[in-house]
Amino acid sequence: MERVPILKIGDILLVSIQVDMSDQTAVALQEDLAERIVATGCHGVIIDITALDIVDSFVGRMLSSIASISRVLDAETVVVGMRPAVAITLVELGLSLNGIRTALNVERGMELIAANRYHDDLDEFLDGPDAEPTASP
Amino acid sequence: MALSTDESGRLADLLTSRVERVTQRWTEVVAGQLRGRLSQAELLRQVQELHRVLVDTLSKGAVDLTAEEATELRAVLVELSRGQARQGFSATETATGVFALKDALLSVMEDDQSAGTLRDYVVFSALVDQMGLFTFESYVRTRESLIADQAEQLLELSTPVVKLWEGVVAVPLVGTLDSARAQVVMERLLQTLVDTGSPYAIIDITGVPAVDTQVAQHILKTVVAARLMGADCIISGIRPQIAQTIVALGIEFGDIATKASLADALRHVLRLTGVEAGRRQPRREA
Repeated sequence: MERVPILKIGDILLVSIQVDMSDQTAVALQEDLAERIVATGCHGVIIDITALDIVDSFVGRMLSSIASISRVLDAETVVVGMRPAVAITLVELGLSLNGIRTALNVERGMELIAANRYHDDLDEFLDGPDAEPTASP
Repeated sequence: MALSTDESGRLADLLTSRVERVTQRWTEVVAGQLRGRLSQAELLRQVQELHRVLVDTLSKGAVDLTAEEATELRAVLVELSRGQARQGFSATETATGVFALKDALLSVMEDDQSAGTLRDYVVFSALVDQMGLFTFESYVRTRESLIADQAEQLLELSTPVVKLWEGVVAVPLVGTLDSARAQVVMERLLQTLVDTGSPYAIIDITGVPAVDTQVAQHILKTVVAARLMGADCIISGIRPQIAQTIVALGIEFGDIATKASLADALRHVLRLTGVEAGRRQPRREA
């Protein structure tokens, strides 16, 4: 069975899907990714689908569940590099990939994650300890 | 009703022996129809060429327009109708150019009772009818190819994607948006987003005369597809009447940003990207 490699770049995990996704590959990828997020403490996951010619409902659901898993582990998922033809097909099929953030390419995806981390940190800093829910009597 | 070899020979003889009378009458009828839009000399040249080829074909023994021997005749007819179609003559005027031959034949036969019988005339006119229909078909074919060419050119002309700013592209839509055009616009916009790596696109509909549910559907699809790829779309150039139509039809643009003018849309995008734009002047009431 083929495994999809997961690369760590700074605070981000990069998954570049270059093989046809089967059930097993998808399950293995989800498990590997969850382990890596916990092991590395990364806060961002970028899934690169530049090489995918076809994104069907199966791949769409896989992307959604990866995003959900990552969110539980406090990592944000960005899907990058979707081709125009793929996007048009998805729209025609009525699949909208709810809850998944997208960016044009890996670079933009990294910027997006960095910007969000920055905003989160800023909010935390500004809110201070008073905003903690446990602080109320 | 096809001509027999005997009849076609007789027709060829008739046309040859009274060439002047036939071409003159022929030209008269056609000229009356065209009312001076084609010069007399040009018309005469056409008629004479048609006459020559017709005689040639008949003397070769062709009895039918679809026959091998009639190849040259068909070519001349196609050439004639193609020229007329391109010059903007109507289908009737083009076909009359051929049907006028009947008039010419009839006048020749009336003058000279020995030239042919009624039966001959009926058979001859059947051939002329065939020629006329063939001319008409060629005319329609030429017109159709003209229309197809123009539609294709229009499609190419009308969908430019322009770069407005670093990371901002715009599509100024002009004209009615049908399914075919919407598809071209969508593909071109998405491809440009990939090529330029622009995360923002502005769709300007100032030049779209009317927005109905179908047009809105096409625009929405484009926006959703761009979003899937990771780019954000802003719709601009919504005129007051269009805004009223959109509300009246109950079209929902959801969380898609809509702006009144292209300038507003660009300012909105620049604010999002953190570029400092000039402060917006409050609109002064006239």
